[in-house]
Amino acid sequence: MADATNAAMPVPDTAKKKHRSAEFNALIGLVGIALIFEILGWIFQGQSFLGNLQRLQIMILQVSVIGIIAVGVTQVIITGGIDLSSGSVTAAAAMIAMSFAQVGTYERAVFIDQGWVDLPVIIPLIVGLAVGAFAGLINGALIAYTKIPPFIATLGMMVAARGIAKWWTRGQPISFPTDAFAAIGQGMMPVLILLCIIALFVFLLRFTVYGVHTYAIGSNMDAARMSGINVERHLILVYTIAGLLTGLAGMIIAARGLTAQAGMGLMYELDAIAMAVIGGVSLSGGRGSVVGTFIGMLIFGVILSGFTFLRLDAYYQEMIKGVIIVAAVVADVWRQKRRALAA
Amino acid sequence: MASDKIILKTEGLTKHYGGVHALEDANFELKDGEHVAVVGDNGAGKSTFVRQITGVEQRTRGKIWFDGQEVQFDGPLEAREAGIETVFQNLALADDLDVPSNLFLGREKIRFNLGPFSILDKRAMREETEAGLKRTGVKIPDLDNSIRHMSGGQRQCVAIARSATFVSKLIILDEPTAALGVQETAQVEEIIKGLKARGVPMIIVSHNLRQVFDLVDRIIVFRRGRIAATLNAKEVDGNEVVAYITGVKGAEGEKRAAYA
Repeated sequence: MADATNAAMPVPDTAKKKHRSAEFNALIGLVGIALIFEILGWIFQGQSFLGNLQRLQIMILQVSVIGIIAVGVTQVIITGGIDLSSGSVTAAAAMIAMSFAQVGTYERAVFIDQGWVDLPVIIPLIVGLAVGAFAGLINGALIAYTKIPPFIATLGMMVAARGIAKWWTRGQPISFPTDAFAAIGQGMMPVLILLCIIALFVFLLRFTVYGVHTYAIGSNMDAARMSGINVERHLILVYTIAGLLTGLAGMIIAARGLTAQAGMGLMYELDAIAMAVIGGVSLSGGRGSVVGTFIGMLIFGVILSGFTFLRLDAYYQEMIKGVIIVAAVVADVWRQKRRALAA
Repeated sequence: MASDKIILKTEGLTKHYGGVHALEDANFELKDGEHVAVVGDNGAGKSTFVRQITGVEQRTRGKIWFDGQEVQFDGPLEAREAGIETVFQNLALADDLDVPSNLFLGREKIRFNLGPFSILDKRAMREETEAGLKRTGVKIPDLDNSIRHMSGGQRQCVAIARSATFVSKLIILDEPTAALGVQETAQVEEIIKGLKARGVPMIIVSHNLRQVFDLVDRIIVFRRGRIAATLNAKEVDGNEVVAYITGVKGAEGEKRAAYA
């Protein structure tokens, strides 16, 4: 059918040319960076960088928790917003969930009066998700109804949630979770959870009303409103879901380390945003995908383990990370300019 | 083609923005199947008039009847649900979505209802988009391309096709060719003629007098917030319309209205 339309009228060459997607560019970047480490590996370490299953496992494990946050942040950025509260909400959700997940017989348990009985694991899980979702709900409601910039709303939540994380136990770390709770962070479990979430959100953003409206709001909020989309309600939903995923990430870190601390998750929000941006999600909204963010995660992972592999200081790692983030945003700005000129 | 049934009627329609009287006592009638142009200088009240009808703004005073009933639209959505489709000047499309998504934005076809997470029926939307574009005479080479990659003319065609696909009782075009070049304007005008042939009642707000004579049956001239003249497009020429727009003619009407 589409071919018939094409044949019926002359199409200028420019219209036929497929626009190279930001995801494709990120993929080229990923392959390029991996190859550079591969070559450097043979030169300096005398071994393959990629040809090591254990290293690849660690690589994805390292980014899986922030990756879960990044999926939520991706849809927030697609609406034209930003979420700076993820790191702090991670800590608040982890602390509060962990306090319900402690082994009942542990004498210094936060809720020692829980009767020396382990609570069923579903309770801390629901609590953790609820804390994250509630933080997201407040972010979304502030942005939708007070019309303050998302940057400010989530900055406030960033500070407040950190305060809640500290206040919950007056700064004491919480340890000794039940085995059932600890299981969500053990082995390759975080990676499995990440992959399920990526699959779910690729589907949500591409094949559901939720996805179309998310892109529409980031693309042209007035058009979305004129078309009958309840923009306020949708924004609240998007931020709540981002918070929910952040709560989940917090519990996974706590379960993995068998402890929760008020200071955990520091700077996670920036790493999550960076993964999305490197993966081609446009900070001006409307463009990008979870697949792109996944590629951004892998680039992060490759850089992290590549530097360890070459036994280089972590300082260089951060410097390079900074350069790549800026380069990704510059690339996005250039793409937009080219498009503006083409139109 | 026009029957005697009156589809839209306003009586004493008035809009004040603070002390600015943007629209005063507009009495207007549109018959079923009729095509009317609203012309006038900048600030004459054309767009204000349209915004009151479509519910984008709330009128200060006056009454509106649509399809036989007195109406009070709280927003453009209610107007749309009542059967008025409007092509607004700038805020029509979401640049990053493809053509079917734009056409069905806010009224997506659903395969499986899960509230806000309902699963889209992409195939049905695509097929209806193809049918809708064909009926409207719009040719878009690649429906899967995002609107961003299209020319101004193509985008406007999509916006009009969107309204034309869903229109049931009245279509309003606000400056449909204001930002377009000569060729693209011709393309859009062809599409508007197609709509005319389908007999959908239409109001066009326009600056372009040649276009107006080409496309409509009746011309309403706005001047200083009032309807200065209602002219039959076949009985007047451009000079006469310009005379009304600039106030050379019809000034006594203004005075009379001021007393009323």
